[in-house]
Amino acid sequence: MNRQHEPAIEARGLVKRFGEVEAVAGVDFEVLPGELFGFLGPNGAGKTTTINMLTGLARPDAGAIRIAGIDCTRNPKAAQHLIGVVPDESNLYPELSGFENLCFCAALYGMGRAEREDRAQKLLADFALTPAAKRKFAGYSKGMKRKLTIAAGIIHRPRILFLDEPTTGIDVASARQVRQLIAELHRSGTTIFLTTHYIEEAQRLCERIAFIVNGRIVRQDWVKNLLQPLEAKHLLQISCHGFPREGLEALAQAFPHYAFSSPGEGLIRVEGNDPVGVGPLVRFLEERGAEVSEARRMRPSLEEVFIAITGLEVDILHKEKEKGGGRP
Amino acid sequence: MRCGTAFWNILAKDMRSYYLKPPNISWGIMFPLAWTAMFFIKSGSGLGSIPTLLPGVVAVSILFGTTSMLAVTVTFEKKSRSFERLLLAPIPLWVLMLAKTSGAILFGVANAFVPVVMAIFLADLSRIQWGLFLPAVFLIALASTFLGLFIAVAVSEVFEAQTFSNFFRFPMVFLCGLFFPIDKLPLFLKPVSYALPLTYGADLLHGAVHGRHALPYSLDLFLLAGFCVLLFALSLRNIRRRWIA
Repeated sequence: MNRQHEPAIEARGLVKRFGEVEAVAGVDFEVLPGELFGFLGPNGAGKTTTINMLTGLARPDAGAIRIAGIDCTRNPKAAQHLIGVVPDESNLYPELSGFENLCFCAALYGMGRAEREDRAQKLLADFALTPAAKRKFAGYSKGMKRKLTIAAGIIHRPRILFLDEPTTGIDVASARQVRQLIAELHRSGTTIFLTTHYIEEAQRLCERIAFIVNGRIVRQDWVKNLLQPLEAKHLLQISCHGFPREGLEALAQAFPHYAFSSPGEGLIRVEGNDPVGVGPLVRFLEERGAEVSEARRMRPSLEEVFIAITGLEVDILHKEKEKGGGRP
Repeated sequence: MRCGTAFWNILAKDMRSYYLKPPNISWGIMFPLAWTAMFFIKSGSGLGSIPTLLPGVVAVSILFGTTSMLAVTVTFEKKSRSFERLLLAPIPLWVLMLAKTSGAILFGVANAFVPVVMAIFLADLSRIQWGLFLPAVFLIALASTFLGLFIAVAVSEVFEAQTFSNFFRFPMVFLCGLFFPIDKLPLFLKPVSYALPLTYGADLLHGAVHGRHALPYSLDLFLLAGFCVLLFALSLRNIRRRWIA
């Protein structure tokens, strides 16, 4: 059987229960070879549980998993030589140096001494970590830890890479570097399964996205298809102070051609089928005591898609893991 | 080849990270020394009592050395999630766990020889049957390590592992015939003694050091090996059930 054209990852009816709680409730998807697939959802949606089942760290209660055509449902070890995993927390060995950690991870995949040392040195150079190669992992910054954890995940050149929240909890500059590294890996042909709660990150990196909420995939499609219905929309975001959320009803009555929502504290989002006039809206708000600081026309983004599909506020994603400044 | 490379590197990393650290080396030496001194002073019967005490001290040194280390190398790594890296490696679980426990087995064997080296300078050990003593030490180290693994897999915190270990360790010290003959125990405790792996290890050691033993050597060896297989199999089953659940 030619496995070149088979999905790199195939999940059929995956179910995982923890007691009474159904963490993953019948998830179906396919990831094509070489694709960068995004798995987007709020905290507790089932993203990490799904990754754990796909990588062999958890057993599904029902459903089937195939990795590169290999049935891993009952034997999760069967395809572990093909995959690399970067967990949501950096879990390398604190007492080992960066170089030793990479060599150790390579040895777990049976790589010989010379090969693993060459590969570790190359990855340290690629990830700009050579100056810290001999330092203990415990002394690394969060951004450096994240980069070394990604390097450890690809040390054995996996065909398929699972990245669980790769930019959560790291500074903006490190997050940008990590996203560049992910894009480079994708360009080199690695299939990537990326979970994230950063919508802009998913939009920027992924070709196809699945939205998961409460253990169920509520929508999956190519990013361009998800955005297409919004292309004709006109969006405006107003930042203001002193305008209560309850005031949205008054806005809707005064401007019935537009739809209003509040994606966050002090933010009003205006959506219309025709270009949105800024002046009347700002005057309306200021007459009611609000202090408008910015009115910005926006391009359609996955945020709107997420809100439309899930009915959830985008804040629910951003607030879930306020560990750092990794937001794109 | 892949399994061999992974096995060796897991063992080498653990030796470097845990077993060859100065605090563990000093503990591995001091602990058997303290036990030896304690029982030697308590017996009050002079240097002549060393061959009688040696099997018990050797067995206790192995038991405490191995079970204490497993709580760190397995439970701690599980809690810090670095153990997940090992579970993701494309090697069979039994190879992985054997690699993970090999350091403790070697540590236990090394601990066993601390009182032996001491005794060489203080007593005549020419009667020791080394051909029996060495396999007995190895099997006791194996059984104690797998007991430690069984405990480490059953808990989630290092302190729980240490507490739970004591639940097994201290009764074993008094019930396995290490220092008190089993035939002098109350009748209701004797079945408990024979349900503990160290009883058979202690019998082998007593036989090897001063010739007095209760069961045939072949039965001791067979039952001790059986306990090793059983404890390792139960540990693997628990890892699959609890950690890859």
